[in-house]
Amino acid sequence: MVELKPGAKFQSTVCSTQVIVVKGSGPADLCCGGSPMVGAGSQANDGMPADNASGGTLLGKRYTDEGGSIELLCTKAGPGSMTVGDSALDVAQAKTLPASD
Amino acid sequence: MTLMLLLEMAAGANPQRTAIGSVGAGLSYEELHRRSMAAANLFRSGNAERVVLCDESSEAVPIAIFGAAAAGLPYVPLNYRLPDNELRSLATRAAPAIAIAGQAETERLCSVEGIEPVESCTLFEPDAKPLGSESPADPPDNSIDPDDIAVMLFTSGTTGAPKSAVLRHRHLQSYVFGSVEFDGAGEDEATLISVPTYHIAGVSAILSSVYAGRRIVQLPRFDADDWIDAVEREGITHAMVVPTMLARIVEALDRRGGDPILGLRVLSYGGGRMPLPVISRALDLFPITAFVNAYGLTETSSTVALLGPDEHRLAHYSDDPDEKRRLMSVGVPLPDIEVTIRDDTGQDLSAGRAGEIHVRGAQVAGEYLETGSTLDSDGWFPTHDSGFIDHGGYLFVQGRNDDIIIRGGENMSPGEIEDVLLTHPGIHDVAVIGIPSSDWGESILAAIVPVAETPSTVELQEFVKERMRSSRVPEHIVAVDKLPCNDTGKILRRVLRVRFSSLGDHTY
Repeated sequence: MVELKPGAKFQSTVCSTQVIVVKGSGPADLCCGGSPMVGAGSQANDGMPADNASGGTLLGKRYTDEGGSIELLCTKAGPGSMTVGDSALDVAQAKTLPASD
Repeated sequence: MTLMLLLEMAAGANPQRTAIGSVGAGLSYEELHRRSMAAANLFRSGNAERVVLCDESSEAVPIAIFGAAAAGLPYVPLNYRLPDNELRSLATRAAPAIAIAGQAETERLCSVEGIEPVESCTLFEPDAKPLGSESPADPPDNSIDPDDIAVMLFTSGTTGAPKSAVLRHRHLQSYVFGSVEFDGAGEDEATLISVPTYHIAGVSAILSSVYAGRRIVQLPRFDADDWIDAVEREGITHAMVVPTMLARIVEALDRRGGDPILGLRVLSYGGGRMPLPVISRALDLFPITAFVNAYGLTETSSTVALLGPDEHRLAHYSDDPDEKRRLMSVGVPLPDIEVTIRDDTGQDLSAGRAGEIHVRGAQVAGEYLETGSTLDSDGWFPTHDSGFIDHGGYLFVQGRNDDIIIRGGENMSPGEIEDVLLTHPGIHDVAVIGIPSSDWGESILAAIVPVAETPSTVELQEFVKERMRSSRVPEHIVAVDKLPCNDTGKILRRVLRVRFSSLGDHTY
């Protein structure tokens, strides 16, 4: 279990994936590559993503749960894929705003 | 979590792509990252508590912004055009600080106690001796709190002494994450930054462009001909200007023969009211460019609402008066921003009714170093701008609350009268203010810059009367050579009020 709050950073323990919380708060069973994620920089990653959680993460993409209550931005990509509890986190549709500055 | 994360991600995605400067000759993202880390080491090496920047645009600006972020120190750009005493006074407020400065500014700042000047070129010239260690030594990224101050900007002080607006890492990062798609720019895209370094857009443009992976080209200072030449020479696809800049660009293009500019894909503008004649002419001179009108304040980490390209063209070609009017709006709020209009008592107003614009969202700071947070208990920031939202949800900004004229109990914004007068062929520029009147509380004065011969007062009064309610007709019309403006083109109405209040029948 990790404690989500906007701005908090988490890392995978089995691949190079790192994320920053854009939206969401409170405890969450956040995993990457089938293993629980931990606070960024708290330990080295080691091992391999599990076969059923190896879809990979993409740099700069936003990942959300089905209800849209959690949004994580991938700040380092890796071969693992993320889940919260039993449900997979999927890439959110990119917002298409014109450049304003 | 600091702004440095934005550059780390960009350098991870496209290390070799040109980040700043001409293709092939500029700094790559990897190089920008390396130099920013070296700058961070320099910034941490002394006892500086802030990083001041006092110079025109150059590669030193992004290096200083990201270097300050990695060092955990606030970045404080100062207006190098200020007279010595004002510049020194602001620098004193930033001390103890390291000051990245141009050659002339280095000399102007070296006598200020607690300021250690370093010439800008030391940060980026390839043969300059690096002051910091080149190796990225243990960046204390995880020790920097998202609540730490990332940027401090002195407000332009059009109504009084400058205040220091505070933007924390979380505000600016929310703005970028919420409005820019990571690595969303194609390799052929380039943005031209011509706003001053000490303007919020001069900071936000660098953050957004780096995160999008869009090459940055900088004009040291704005000049309409330089801007047009740079757009063509550098293959510029994106640019942001303030209204006075666009007015000068349009004039320069017409002077050059009126040939349209076709390469520019997106032209965004903001930072003040855009006169309808200027934007209309610009839509013709940039026939296939996507226009974006952005509304935002320093205190809101830049843009909070925008009028997109399609709405510009729809409004430009529409016969429906409500749709046509939207060309003068700032569009709709960003997805992560809420906007409401409130009256003097704090009650929310319905569509079409004018009051004070309030905004709320994760990027909204609304905080000053001197006075603390100005957000209310629900997180709403009073912008001090007046405006309304139409029935389609489009936000119209009428001007600063302080500029509202109250004549005979009726509130009116100078902007609505100025917009009408600007359509008169004999008027080049105009500012409307209220001056004291014992009959009406205030009476209306229009200071006009005529094109040639000054049109008669009666003619201009008739012109307004045909187009607006009679209460809007200026009692006084005076001709001036030029309007007093600050250097981003904002009219200094307080200067006009002082100059012309004697035309009223009493003083305030």
